[in-house]
Amino acid sequence: MRSDASDATRRRRTHRFLWAALAASALSLALAPSAFANLITPKSGGSPNADQIHSLYLIILYIALVVFVGVEGALIYSLYKFRAKKNKVAAQIHGNTRLEIGWTVGAALILVILTVVTFVKLPSIINPPNSQAPFLESALTQPSPPNGKKLVICVQGRQYIWRYVYGAACETNPFKAGLPYSFQTMYVPQGVTVVLSITSVDVIHSWWVPSLGGKVDAVPGYITYTWFQARGPALYHGNCAQLCGRQHAFMTALVDAMPPSQYQAKIAQLKSDIQKANSQVTVLRAYLTKTGNL
Amino acid sequence: MSVITAPAATPVPQVTTRAVSTPRQTKRWVDWVTTTDHKKIGIMYLVTTFVFFFLGGIEALLMRVQLSEPNNTLLSGERFNQLLTLHGTTMVFLFVVPVMAGFGNYFVPLMIGARDMAFPRLNALSYWLLLLGGIVFYVTLFYHPPEAGWWSYPPLSEIQYSPSGGQDAWIFLIHLTGISSLLGAINFYATIVNMRAPGMSWGRLPLFIWAILVYAVLLIIALPPVAAAVTMLLTDRHFGTHWFDPTSHGSPVLWQHLFWFFGHPEVYIMVLPGFGIISEVIPVFSRKPIFGYKAIAASTAVIAFLATLVWAHHMFASPVPIVVLGFFMLSSFLIGVPTGVKIFNWVSTMWRGSLVMTTALYYAAGMIAIFLLGGITGIFLAVFPVDWQLNDTYFVVAHFHYTIFGGAIFPVFAGLYYWFPKITGRLLNERLGKISFWFTFIGFNVTFLVQHSLGLSGMPRRIYTYQPGLGWSTFNLISTIGSFILAFGVVLTVINVAMNYKRGALAGPDPWKGNTLEWFVPSPPPVNNFDAIPRVRSVEPMRDIRRQVERATGVTQKTGGSERFARA
Repeated sequence: MRSDASDATRRRRTHRFLWAALAASALSLALAPSAFANLITPKSGGSPNADQIHSLYLIILYIALVVFVGVEGALIYSLYKFRAKKNKVAAQIHGNTRLEIGWTVGAALILVILTVVTFVKLPSIINPPNSQAPFLESALTQPSPPNGKKLVICVQGRQYIWRYVYGAACETNPFKAGLPYSFQTMYVPQGVTVVLSITSVDVIHSWWVPSLGGKVDAVPGYITYTWFQARGPALYHGNCAQLCGRQHAFMTALVDAMPPSQYQAKIAQLKSDIQKANSQVTVLRAYLTKTGNL
Repeated sequence: MSVITAPAATPVPQVTTRAVSTPRQTKRWVDWVTTTDHKKIGIMYLVTTFVFFFLGGIEALLMRVQLSEPNNTLLSGERFNQLLTLHGTTMVFLFVVPVMAGFGNYFVPLMIGARDMAFPRLNALSYWLLLLGGIVFYVTLFYHPPEAGWWSYPPLSEIQYSPSGGQDAWIFLIHLTGISSLLGAINFYATIVNMRAPGMSWGRLPLFIWAILVYAVLLIIALPPVAAAVTMLLTDRHFGTHWFDPTSHGSPVLWQHLFWFFGHPEVYIMVLPGFGIISEVIPVFSRKPIFGYKAIAASTAVIAFLATLVWAHHMFASPVPIVVLGFFMLSSFLIGVPTGVKIFNWVSTMWRGSLVMTTALYYAAGMIAIFLLGGITGIFLAVFPVDWQLNDTYFVVAHFHYTIFGGAIFPVFAGLYYWFPKITGRLLNERLGKISFWFTFIGFNVTFLVQHSLGLSGMPRRIYTYQPGLGWSTFNLISTIGSFILAFGVVLTVINVAMNYKRGALAGPDPWKGNTLEWFVPSPPPVNNFDAIPRVRSVEPMRDIRRQVERATGVTQKTGGSERFARA
């Protein structure tokens, strides 16, 4: 038999506890994006699509936290409050149709909101914007920024390295002579809309550089597309995300974003390096053939 | 199996089954090998699947040790890939799905008032095919385990990239366990539809039975496509076809569709019986009827229907048109509604109840706490643009462990503590059980909560090592430590079982004041289960019987079990 006074103290204590919990969760909500970067939010900051995914994620996170705290709270409360020690007689309730309909509709409403938010956000994630730096070339692949000006890079997955071929011509034949290419590190001009045309020459790989947006599978026999517009100058790190064999862990991708002028110099250098290496090979092959070793 | 002749307390129902013991004609092991008794087959299922659970657990611990620090050289990439394939395949095909069949085998006939399954010999065949599948698969340890992951995506699983026979053993395992599950499913379906006690209409079917019924239907729907898929893979590997070979106009994406058309219903095949166990345990220990019986039964059926429409959410990064992605996002959202309804109903069942805090209830409440987070992260993953960031990372690993470990394995432990007295006639040690629960619960969260952060900071799944300085090292170390706490918790339950299956306190027929008919018969039940099958008048027939006895005798029925844990 409790007195009214102790009941009131208890209630006050419960209220204080509830307020503290509310304040703590509000604080963590406010701090979530900054203090806990990558603890409870995905990577972003390298490219607009990654940022848009990040903000979509945050909206879902806020709604999810409310649901999570509410349901776990009800669970913990009933485990605490209704144990046999405290509550000797169980109420014999079989259900409540209005309540059932209520939470079914409530859950559905949350999902309707999420659907709307997703489809509102979707265009900014899948449609590339115009380049912010002077354009380099244009081509007829999907996706495309409104003015059609973009840089196309072909990405080829293979066990266990990525090969990048620069320029729209790569889409017809990525092994065409004279096209500049590089392995593992991709060079891109910052502020330019880069469209990736992705495939694989052996097993399934998955292209993923977290700060530059979501992942896209590299499937042999298919060409998949994604895009980014790197802020740079920076080196972005990524991993192949689909199990592709024993050295899957070492199939990393680096994206080196630099000013456009530097990029053009870099590509020119790649071209001349490849040419130099090719001519050396030609000389060597001629020599080996002549000496009968080939 | 010894027959309890003098239970600790007076049996609740005065009319009970008399044990019929005939002198043993054959050796004990011959008895087990040739048995068609659903209870013995159920026990064999449970023991076998738990052996595979420990094998799968050891594989997981090895992987966690390898990942505990960057550039660890304990395991090579080859070994690691073998372990992850063994772990995933074992847990799905040799533990979670068949352990539910184990509980189903033992308790479906008892709960519906039948004397055995509809096809007892088919039932035995199901078990032996499962064991054979497990053996075929684990024999690869002596030559070359498969290493293409439990989805075995071609071209990686094709002969050019996985030339070893281990991949073929994996295919064989899918076939053997598939036939086993299919036969078991047909058996469950026939049993539940035809052999219910008089008066047990569909509206009075225990919720665990509803779950097993739907589990059976889902297995019948989902298994044929994967059987077809692995057969196509087999002919690709050895008989010159090119179903999945892009160099000859085959499509690797075709495999993904076929596999996940099985693979996603499989998820619900694993968790729905778990939901069923929870729906039995919670009302018994809340001393309150289940809240919203019809809603829970209906949501089980709705989940099963939707489960066949969400498979491509595993393929959001694959070459699939945007409109298809949109469809699968919406269907995946939809499945959240009936799942949420279940959780709300369980919490409401406890609300204003009089909770008897047994270990079984601990595990049931732990299931709700954990599965909720798994469900919520599922909504994140269903939003396909967000999934582009999260797919194939440790976020997904965390998500599906929260759903499967939370939604299926916690209920398995709840079911173990709840039904062990019925199976053996002995109670498990509650104190040890609760210690085991806390280690399991805390260890689980330490292991998998940080894996969300690992995925969000960019760590893909299935990599065997990583470089320092990527922000992954601390999370990985925490996760590894957690996995050992978790393993310790599980081992405590094993010790509990080992200590008490012969020497534990006698349980009597109805230690928990159960609601369903299995508590009407002695523990362990005699071979014929029931001498006379009681007429069922509600969804809680055992409760009715107890009340009837109390009315007739004027004495509140004591039971051998739960009061002593109630502390009230």
